[in-house]
Amino acid sequence: MSTSADTIEQLATREYQYGFETEVEAETFPPGLDEDVIRRLSAKKQEPEWMLEFRLKAYRAWLKMTEPTWHNLKIEPVDFQAISYYSAPKKRPELKSLDEVDPEVLRTFEKLGIPLEEQKLLAGVAVDAVFDSVSVATTFREKLAELGIIFCSMSDAIREHPDLVRRYLGSVVPYTDNFYAALNSAVFSDGSFVYVPKGVRCPMELSTYFRINARNTGQFERTLIVADEGATVSYLEGCTAPMRDENQLHAAVVELVALDGSTIKYSTIQNWYPGDSEGRGGIYNFVTKRGKAMANAKITWTQVETGSAITWKYPSCILQGDNSVGEFYSVAVTNNYQQADTGTKMIHLGKNTRSTIVSKGISAGHGQNTYRGAVTIGRNAQNARNYSQCDSMLIGNRCGAHTFPYLEIKNTSATVEHEASTSKIGEEQIFYCQQRGISTEDAVNMIVSGFCKEVFRELPMEFAVEAQKLLSISLEGSVG
Amino acid sequence: MLLEIKDLRVKAEDKEILKGLDLTVNAGEVHAVMGPNGSGKSTLARVLAGSPGYEVTGGSITYDGKDLLELDPEVRACEGVFMAFQYPIEIAGINNTYFLRTALNSVRKHRGEPELDAVEFMQLVREKAALLEMDQAMLNRSVNEGFSGGEKKRNEIFQMAVLEPKLAILDETDSGLDIDALKIVANGVNSLRSPERSIIVVTHYQRLLNYIVPDFVHVLSGGRIVRSGGRELALELEEKGYGWIEAEMAGARG
Ligand SMILES: Nc1ncnc2c1ncn2[C@@H]1O[C@H](COP(=O)(O)OP(=O)(O)OP(=O)(O)O)[C@@H](O)[C@H]1O
Ligand SMILES: [Mg+2]
Repeated sequence: MSTSADTIEQLATREYQYGFETEVEAETFPPGLDEDVIRRLSAKKQEPEWMLEFRLKAYRAWLKMTEPTWHNLKIEPVDFQAISYYSAPKKRPELKSLDEVDPEVLRTFEKLGIPLEEQKLLAGVAVDAVFDSVSVATTFREKLAELGIIFCSMSDAIREHPDLVRRYLGSVVPYTDNFYAALNSAVFSDGSFVYVPKGVRCPMELSTYFRINARNTGQFERTLIVADEGATVSYLEGCTAPMRDENQLHAAVVELVALDGSTIKYSTIQNWYPGDSEGRGGIYNFVTKRGKAMANAKITWTQVETGSAITWKYPSCILQGDNSVGEFYSVAVTNNYQQADTGTKMIHLGKNTRSTIVSKGISAGHGQNTYRGAVTIGRNAQNARNYSQCDSMLIGNRCGAHTFPYLEIKNTSATVEHEASTSKIGEEQIFYCQQRGISTEDAVNMIVSGFCKEVFRELPMEFAVEAQKLLSISLEGSVG
Repeated sequence: MLLEIKDLRVKAEDKEILKGLDLTVNAGEVHAVMGPNGSGKSTLARVLAGSPGYEVTGGSITYDGKDLLELDPEVRACEGVFMAFQYPIEIAGINNTYFLRTALNSVRKHRGEPELDAVEFMQLVREKAALLEMDQAMLNRSVNEGFSGGEKKRNEIFQMAVLEPKLAILDETDSGLDIDALKIVANGVNSLRSPERSIIVVTHYQRLLNYIVPDFVHVLSGGRIVRSGGRELALELEEKGYGWIEAEMAGARG
């Protein structure tokens, strides 16, 4: 009897779809890191003195730090001297429109399915595309400018809005925070900056697509989003990277500042190259993401993590103001030899602060998926409430799911609820679907998306569709 | 002839379950399969549907002129084989109606028919839901999730009514149904009886056969059909149990 295993086998051999490399003449620093490299980097970017100082302080702090080892990951040691810390497309004129962008770059985005031209027309999504380390295209800026919204590359922001950047950069993630954050603070290349003024509701989803390109260039993005009092903004981040044999380091820092009564929604689809089916290559993704919510403010992190060989990432919320709200919705998929150690920290400091954590981990192949979450209720956080739900799904029996919830309560008025479950995608469930005429592939997709439903519905519409697609690509060939 | 099973031998985890089973079902017929616990009734049903976990070690199954064992489970379903599960499984987060629409459209696609749009589909669903007196709330819940035992069984027949198979195998659909539900479900099944559609009913109880009147009754024991007859055989079994057949067989062998 021919079984569905055959089909699955065929699907499994399909390779990472976004594995290609664009040839753009790049100016790249030779590998290595010291104070001189940082000075040159800062000079290249025409940064003010205070920025250089920030970088150097971070670098000196980093030298004294060691890589964290508390995670549940097996990591090949990273040689930080083998990384090149600056790479820019050579042709970099001041661009007024997309027509002026290097056609090769534009073609890359098209291959990725991100036609800027089309996106301009569709859905009203403003796209700030970071190609390698330097921004090459920004659209919709004018429309946003009318409302006083700033949406630009971090490099531009440092030059054009130094007061804002200086005030908030490092205010949520200080450079002393952790090893990777310190490194990022020292050498960050570029990223996005968003400022939404008082009482303004940003009329469109803001989105950025990142892409690692030049070989051996670690990418260190730095993103800062500030929502002033009563402002509202939704930011989308999505990425994909070319096929690569060596491991590539990716250590981003994202800071969110939600001032009184504001709302920030930050959604991510992460699809860095995960390595091949043997576990070779793939991106190391060590990210520090954190938001600070002042009184009556709300921060929502939603992430769909399907890529990277190793993911180390804990988007967190400091609920500083009274009545502030933090939310974390996550889907993390590990297939083949991928490893993920991800989760969140909800730090309740203000009164009546509320947080919700919904984490869905899916492991297939030899994938290892760890949820690590911490809920801290401070001494003064009267009537704080947290609800955590942590579900794991296993596909096959060579993968693993691990859950580490930490809880620290210093105020007895807190209400904390935690639910956890682990399920195996059942042969019987798949057979049930097949018996009704549904193919194995569709059955797996259906079962998995049912499992992730609570997270997907938090994503903006156009992202939800993409996320679902990505999930099915990531899990192709995982049942058999 | 719609289905012809010849000398079927099936193993699961090194245990031989079916040991040379023969059964022929013509279009339009209703066959009841009865037999003691563990005799292999569900195994037969699941092997017909293409369940993983079973190894066919001998014999043949011809369905609608095709070698059924060569077809993947979903192809069998698309070709009109339907099994109502003895224990329907739950699928969290997937709306019952959405599931059914995906299934129906997949079957229609296989047959070269256009997909039903949402409006046409809802019309069909309403009609079939009325037939089985299905609660609207159940249609909107996740597939079988939190359904009571009886609700699950009713949902199976509801799916059958929507998918309109050529060969339906109902594995103990009556167990778990209350008296009223039994009548409703049986009515649903009867309304699907047609000269083109064949039904195999696996049951332990003669009572179901009062409602779904079979053309033939078979006794499955020790992995084989050991006796076949008309509906009076079910009455005889109800009265005497299976011991006498097994004794006769032992006698015949000895
Ligand atoms: N996957 C399997 N692995 C091992 N043994 C199995 C498997 N499936 C069925 N069996 C065994 O085969 C025998 C027949 O099982 P089956 O479920 O077909 O019986 P049944 O006639 O449907 O019984 P019931 O009336 O209780 O539903 C039983 O002894 C059962 O334990
Ligand atoms: Mg059974």
